[in-house]
Amino acid sequence: MIGPEEGVMQSRAQAMAAIFELLTDQPLIVCNGFPSREACKLRDRDQNFYMIGSMGATAGIGLGLALAQPEKTVVVFDGDGNVLMSLGTLATIGALQPKNLIHVVFDNEVYGTTGNQPTYSRMVGLDKVARAAGYMNVERVWEKEDIVYEFKAMLADSGPSFLLIKVNEQLEEADRIALAPQELTKRFKQSVS
Amino acid sequence: MLEADDFVKGLQDIGFDFFTGVPDTILGGIIAHLTEERIYTPAVREDEAVAMAAGAYFGGKVPAVLMQNSGLGNALNVLESLNLIYQIPCLLLVSWRGFEGKDAPEHLVMGETMTTLLDTIKIPHRTLTAETMTEDLQWTAKTFMEQRIPVALLLKKGIVKTVQP
Repeated sequence: MIGPEEGVMQSRAQAMAAIFELLTDQPLIVCNGFPSREACKLRDRDQNFYMIGSMGATAGIGLGLALAQPEKTVVVFDGDGNVLMSLGTLATIGALQPKNLIHVVFDNEVYGTTGNQPTYSRMVGLDKVARAAGYMNVERVWEKEDIVYEFKAMLADSGPSFLLIKVNEQLEEADRIALAPQELTKRFKQSVS
Repeated sequence: MLEADDFVKGLQDIGFDFFTGVPDTILGGIIAHLTEERIYTPAVREDEAVAMAAGAYFGGKVPAVLMQNSGLGNALNVLESLNLIYQIPCLLLVSWRGFEGKDAPEHLVMGETMTTLLDTIKIPHRTLTAETMTEDLQWTAKTFMEQRIPVALLLKKGIVKTVQP
């Protein structure tokens, strides 16, 4: 597959903003590092849960919530480094088939929060892994129009869905999460249960 | 020796309604019963199981995670950097492999150091006995509700009837 030139690839924050436009009250789990800080800056909402540690646990948390609340669509904002750390969770999701889980992966092919060390996602297509694991809908996109089109379709269709968004390495300037972790737990739990 | 269905009923009676984990022979009977009741969701790693339990807790469930004590090593980072700092509780039903050094070599170090490890990371724990099951479960529920952190119930070989492999 051929994407746009690297110079015109979107930043993760731009791609996130496109998805935030489509969210209403869906619970959202955001992986640790800059993705959580960027999401908090772009659109802080009670239904956002920001991880600050526990790298690799993003999809597992989303899966547990999706199983507990089958009538709600649960969205996960993940990164390539996080997904690679817990590839087994793709198998768990593929096996359990939660219809209400949308797994969005912002793939910048680096560990961006720690200084852009390369990940293996350049060589290993995470969308191919997700498809092999049994996700119902799997798409790889680069451009905003395609993000919007595919994410809308995933909101309407039965999952589990996997949206791999190729983004550049640019970080959005964003502060650390101001809310204390236990306050985030209270706020998030109240908003979803 | 406790029957698996009595033990599971005891857990359900104090509110536990979401069960996940990774198997161990000591836990085999419990997992068989949970599976029969269709309330067990298998995980592939113990840290994944703890993460799923956290998500289920957000969604209103009262979660329990079953694991061999070797799995505590796999779950350590999630317990420390998710559950303990976010105050997300779960019950850890941990089999005590390597108890008193009577087990296969791979279990001996964890068997000897597990309670020290749990003390170090400040996860409250208690060892289940057949005679004190009711008190053990009450202590579990109370600690879970009051502290909102993971609480471990340790299961030695032979405490709950298991299945033959």
